[in-house]
Amino acid sequence: MILAVVMGAAGGVVSGMLGVGGGILFVPALSLVLSLSQVKAEATSLLAIIPVALAGALRQSRYGNVRLRDAAVLGPVSAVGVAGGVALSNAISERALKISFAVLILGVAGQFLLRFWRSRGAAGSEPGGRFFSRSEQNLPRSRGAGNSISGDE
Amino acid sequence: MPTARVLKLAVTGTAAGLLSGLLGVGGGVVMVPLLVLWLGYEERAATGTSLAAIVVIAGMATIAQGAYGNVDVAKGLLVGVPAVGGVLLGTWLQQRVPSRTIGLLFAMLMVAVAVDLIVS
Repeated sequence: MILAVVMGAAGGVVSGMLGVGGGILFVPALSLVLSLSQVKAEATSLLAIIPVALAGALRQSRYGNVRLRDAAVLGPVSAVGVAGGVALSNAISERALKISFAVLILGVAGQFLLRFWRSRGAAGSEPGGRFFSRSEQNLPRSRGAGNSISGDE
Repeated sequence: MPTARVLKLAVTGTAAGLLSGLLGVGGGVVMVPLLVLWLGYEERAATGTSLAAIVVIAGMATIAQGAYGNVDVAKGLLVGVPAVGGVLLGTWLQQRVPSRTIGLLFAMLMVAVAVDLIVS
């Protein structure tokens, strides 16, 4: 049980650092440690994600890192996508799908690594570098359409 | 919002939802990279916006799964309550590391998810 609590807390840290729900740790905590079936573990993980994502989003919005209008498009549209995905999953070979998605995200991971490699030396221009500042990035920014970085406005 | 941007967001959200419905991977693993690579988000803004979207997604999905009786509230809280502490620590920590480090950690998470998909 203590292990489940620790895995929950660790999943929360991953969630806050990386903007994911934390299910990658919640599901094994619920299935392997708290012995729920896989289906129930995944469903219960969703419940655990709600307060986590809510607390994380509130905290991030204080730092000016939430574009609420974009999130308001993403959230409901995704929910529709989930329903489609569940329906599709009964029609498609899950194994093939998992492998192709795994390959796809490995490719994306490669792109992130490339970005990391290319940005070497730029760390000094990061907002305050490590561990001290709360400069630029942490100031509230204008919400909504503003996105000075993207250049595709 | 310009139409092209709304479209990109809609595609991003649909892809995130579809894949989480299909494979049970969280929407964040799909949304964060698309926001960064396609919509030009800075890493921190991508993660914060992703979390806000996840509140809606997880909320709706929990209601749906709850209707099937698949949600164990007590065990969910046992994991979820300490996780709230974790997320506060995680977001705090995130403000103190460079964006590129967040990108690197995210790449590691994607590799972990890929391995998990292949072995499962």
